[in-house]
Amino acid sequence: MATSSTERLTGPTTHPETAHLTPDDRVGLLRDMLLMRAVESRAMNLYRQGKVPGSFYDGFGQEAVSVGAAWAMAAEDRLCVLHRDLGAHLVRGVSPARILSQYMGRADGITDGREGNVHFGDRRTGCVGMVSMLPDMMVVATGMAMAFKLRREARCALTWFGDGSTSRGDFHEAMNWAGVQHLPVIFVLENNQYAYSTPIDLQFAINPVQRAEGYGFPGISVDGNDAEAMFEATRAARERAIAGGGPTLIEAVTMRMHGHGAHDDMKYVPKALVEEWRKKDPIDRQSARVAQLGHDVDALREEVLALVEQATKAALAGPMPDPATATDRVFHPRDADEILLEDGAAPWSGFRS
Amino acid sequence: MSEMTYLRAISDGLRSEMREDERVLLMGEDIGVFGGAFKVTDGFFDEFGAERVMDTPLAESGIIGTAIGAAVVGLRPVCEMQFADFIACGFDQLVNVAGKMYYRQGLPVNITVRLPSGGGFSGGPFHSQNPESWFMHAPGIKVVAPSTAEDAKGLIIAAIRDPNPVVFMEHKNLYRRVKGEVPEGSYETPFKARVARAGDDLVVITYGQMVHTALEATADIPGASIMVLDLRSLVPLDTQAILDAVRHCSKVVVVDEANETCAAGAQVAALIAEHAFEDLDGPVVRVASPDCPIPFSPPLEAAVLPSVDRVREACRQLLEY
Repeated sequence: MATSSTERLTGPTTHPETAHLTPDDRVGLLRDMLLMRAVESRAMNLYRQGKVPGSFYDGFGQEAVSVGAAWAMAAEDRLCVLHRDLGAHLVRGVSPARILSQYMGRADGITDGREGNVHFGDRRTGCVGMVSMLPDMMVVATGMAMAFKLRREARCALTWFGDGSTSRGDFHEAMNWAGVQHLPVIFVLENNQYAYSTPIDLQFAINPVQRAEGYGFPGISVDGNDAEAMFEATRAARERAIAGGGPTLIEAVTMRMHGHGAHDDMKYVPKALVEEWRKKDPIDRQSARVAQLGHDVDALREEVLALVEQATKAALAGPMPDPATATDRVFHPRDADEILLEDGAAPWSGFRS
Repeated sequence: MSEMTYLRAISDGLRSEMREDERVLLMGEDIGVFGGAFKVTDGFFDEFGAERVMDTPLAESGIIGTAIGAAVVGLRPVCEMQFADFIACGFDQLVNVAGKMYYRQGLPVNITVRLPSGGGFSGGPFHSQNPESWFMHAPGIKVVAPSTAEDAKGLIIAAIRDPNPVVFMEHKNLYRRVKGEVPEGSYETPFKARVARAGDDLVVITYGQMVHTALEATADIPGASIMVLDLRSLVPLDTQAILDAVRHCSKVVVVDEANETCAAGAQVAALIAEHAFEDLDGPVVRVASPDCPIPFSPPLEAAVLPSVDRVREACRQLLEY
């Protein structure tokens, strides 16, 4: 049951490559992972208090996948972010208050109340929000990379998607297209062992990372609970992409530690599997490294919690959207200014020369 | 002005936009070296090159989805589905990703999707459909359907310049059958209805190939003056022009080549029932393809598609009401 990927981890592992990370980067990775967990934990409480409508979906235990990969992306790169990847939005500069407003359907949320949970992309940070039909965004990211190549720009697109996504046709169409056109795109397969209640052994016969070769580009497996390993794999993939080396598939091996959504008690997952993965918590791992650097992790955690409390207050004070605006903004006016994705934050020290 | 076919007018519009705007690129199956299954892009490869007249993998979802990605970073892709029917394979990207992007995130998706549609030449169930109403029901997508060469050029240019996803229904059976005077240079046809023929006693409301069927069917009905209203745009639908025509004529026949249930004409009939009931001198009459797949064999296909005779008979009966 759902062990093929975890077994591979017991074999030769990727050693975290820290050559490209300064101490500040390593603290920054931890900070954004702590921030992701704090925002989502707070949102889960708000959900239980009835303040988050619908259901709530989080990425508890998967923080390294989005934070580590997003840390390697440049301001002018473009990202399609999935629902367990809140960390990417934080790295790119979306504020916790706007995220919490988004969860609560408030007017100040990123989508002005038109969308819930992590179904958002802040165009001012270069991110496209996901749709529920996975993995549609693989194709969209491929198209962004196609435009970069056509215009001969040194830019890269990246998208996350899950193990369940590998069963749908858009996975094939995107991988094939990117391979044929040799595009600067990075596909991050977030293998968290379950698509809702379906384990990976009911999803594929052969691990999809092996399919990359069939599409003409490399596929690598990375410990998805190691933020620095995720960063390094993405950095190297981006370097290849920018140099004209084509796409890369990165399998981030991780575990979904909570139910599919807040409504899901996850009874179908063996407790032993969850306990095994609890020992590999990505935040514990990065905290130990940062502590070794002599940094005060407790103080960092307190700072993050205080920030989230402040953001929660601000979000709760914000108004609900005006019902009169429900049918606004279906079509962009013909004579209005052109709106495109804008550059996001790119905190990695490697981008500051 | 010069006379050209409906097909050449589409080519002319595409070429004109590509020359004016380097952000415009064409994507599709066999559109480059081969010039397209119907030769709409014949010669484009030589003028604009492989990058702007892109032969793509055989992947409709891939075509629409990559076009969306290219659009949100500044290109203006025009996608060709080899046949309108094949848009079923790209439906999700068009309806769920492109159609809702601006509403959800304030990010417009400037793509045009060309759909060679319609029947009348033994194309069978997968090369004859009129899927326009699928997209009328999906918020955030505009749908246009020219019936003349002049409008074909003006509407493709307007579609490319529109910042929203636009589905451009080009009728295959009009490609070489319809010719007309087409203005030189660049111009836009508004997304509004057009009176194809003025008249007073009855109006036939339709679009696409059925405009020509309606004009022929009503050309010589003795003693009757019949208006033909060419909708040209289905989203947005020109409600004012429809209601004005109904108020003027008081009798309405709505013709769709598409399958009857929930076709564009059903929406037109509903609008009239709601807003012009008091102006009617008879029931709203509909002529459409029955709700079955479009068959291959000529006598079967002819039995399904609305014919000149069926439209004429519907008008005659309503005139006598």
